[in-house]
Amino acid sequence: MSRPKVAFFDFTSCEGCQLTVLDALQTHPELLDAVEIVQFREAMSEKGEDYLIAFVEGSLARPADEERLRGIREKAGILVALGSCAHIGGVNAIRNRQPLEKVRKHVYGEKWEWFDAYEARPASAAVKVDFFIPGCPIDRSEFLEVVTALLLGRQPKIRDYPLCVECKLKENVCLYDKGKSCLGPIIRAGCGAICPTYGDGCEGCRGLITNPNINAAEDVLKEHGLSVKEIMAQMDMFGTYQMMEMEGVGHD
Amino acid sequence: MTNVSVNVHHLTRVEGHGNIIVDVRNGELKECRLEIVESPRFFEAMLLGKPYQQASHITSRICGICAVGHATTSLRTSERALGVEPSQQTVLLRKLNFFGEIIDSHVLHTYMLVAPDFFGVGSVIPLAKTHTDVVLRALRIKKLSGDLCAMIGGRHTHPIALCVGGFTHLPNESELRAMRKRLVDARRDMDETVALFKTLDWPQFERETEYVSLTKSDEYAFIDGQIKTSDGFLYDLDAYRQVTNEKIVPHSTAKHASHNRESYMVGALARVNNNFDQLHPQAKDAAAQLGLEPICYNSFLNSAAQIVEMVHSVEESIRTIDELLARGIKPEEPVEVEVKECTGVGSCDVPRGILFHDYEIGDDGLITGANCVIPTGQNYANMEADMRALVPQILDRPEPEITLMMEMLIRAYDPCISCSTHFLEVEFVG
Repeated sequence: MSRPKVAFFDFTSCEGCQLTVLDALQTHPELLDAVEIVQFREAMSEKGEDYLIAFVEGSLARPADEERLRGIREKAGILVALGSCAHIGGVNAIRNRQPLEKVRKHVYGEKWEWFDAYEARPASAAVKVDFFIPGCPIDRSEFLEVVTALLLGRQPKIRDYPLCVECKLKENVCLYDKGKSCLGPIIRAGCGAICPTYGDGCEGCRGLITNPNINAAEDVLKEHGLSVKEIMAQMDMFGTYQMMEMEGVGHD
Repeated sequence: MTNVSVNVHHLTRVEGHGNIIVDVRNGELKECRLEIVESPRFFEAMLLGKPYQQASHITSRICGICAVGHATTSLRTSERALGVEPSQQTVLLRKLNFFGEIIDSHVLHTYMLVAPDFFGVGSVIPLAKTHTDVVLRALRIKKLSGDLCAMIGGRHTHPIALCVGGFTHLPNESELRAMRKRLVDARRDMDETVALFKTLDWPQFERETEYVSLTKSDEYAFIDGQIKTSDGFLYDLDAYRQVTNEKIVPHSTAKHASHNRESYMVGALARVNNNFDQLHPQAKDAAAQLGLEPICYNSFLNSAAQIVEMVHSVEESIRTIDELLARGIKPEEPVEVEVKECTGVGSCDVPRGILFHDYEIGDDGLITGANCVIPTGQNYANMEADMRALVPQILDRPEPEITLMMEMLIRAYDPCISCSTHFLEVEFVG
């Protein structure tokens, strides 16, 4: 049986998720025997246009990106959003809170019209996304889990319970008890609570769980003496696109 | 008469999106440019209104490869602005983390991205079958450096524990001792790396230019210091704009920079050229074996300079761990910060060259202005100048060979295109 063909594509991003894929290949080189990578611009020169699974990293940041993504969607049997930027818009969407023209002028001055841009958005804003691997960057073992499931023809299972569950299993002292803030109660688990484990509150890179109680989380944050501005800054780091959708603010 | 048309759309094995355009008609060079087509990212606008504590986490997302470099530069910028003096333990741990990133980034570039050109293959993947020992060595070094960074920051790509004033998590002494042992073992891999790369046939090409890097009186500079250029200039960090002089060009979403000449170069070759005397003796020995001595004007040898810096970083990591173990790891909290309205410039010489962050912070701790100047952005004008100088020298060769040479030239700079694209000159607003 021929090996399934896999391709990697990057849109607006730091390419850190593809680097994490390379890291995963270091510890699991057998993956290279299980699939045939036909396109991975960051690591190889060959460019195959025939692929079953497309992994897409990065946000859409200008109208031309949509056309390119639609082309990938047409060719791919399965499209997987890789990491926060492709999954939920990620850090690129931070700028969506400011008027687009102001952002463009801020960076490019009077030449702002030379470079096209629109509000940053996830892949799902333009095409059907079959599966997503959350995180900024993605978690190595979760990537391997998803790939294994896809190769076996199973539905990948992405966790849909709050980070606090994993943090408790790690026996971390709750950051709220240390006087810090953390988005763990409303954010999707699966990273092993790596940020709280290293002493920093969850910043929400994996996105909201399906039924998050944001109002209650905000109340808790306030109880611990944190300002609304700080709360919003935390929510907005990766979740601006999701938050604006929930607020009913359009993106066009 | 010669007609050559090279059009490399989306150059591979580089970070980010760029195109190479060369057009020669009747033996005359009509067009020669590097188009940067990466979409603009607007990180500077994204920092506006954000608390300074978040800046390092946001800016590390500029680049998955040099995340530690961006984070450290961001922290030093906020600290210099706010007048925060980190402890000696923090300084040592940040240095150790930085060495880890230098090794990680350089091994990725030299082995995975550059070496395939010398073996005549399109990627490192076929080398796994034909040169298994080479690939396994590369993976071993990569894993070591990644683990070194993770020991300090929690993970390499987008470090967690680094914060203004110190760390939110510290490695313990047994982790440091275990890491020291692995670094000592890695000396053999470094020897074999030098032995491999000295057999490679680097293209012969020279073009005199200006090299810009950080410099310090007491060590080979990666974090803090002054700005030194090979044309004899020395500036304090606050005067960085006198060096970078960026301007916007239409074929690139990243800006071009120039100082004393039409262009300058930053990165490993610039650092080795400017600060050669401060390299570890082992690294100087590696340089001698690789035929690299200051001042070297062959941009292709930037990859050789990266090998030299890998050797230096392995040795200096061992030395830094020894110093940390001798002092003992103290369970200290980050330095307390007194928030005030302030401005500050910070700089690190990250794997691809000198990086500047420049922040304005309001009395509420929120960022009101930000400017960042990225290494690759500073190199673009120099890359194009090299392209213009190289093309006429190789015009008699077949077109595919010219194309490959141009790709190899640009790749030698280890361009981080998606980094450089986010950062163009801005005026502070408000």
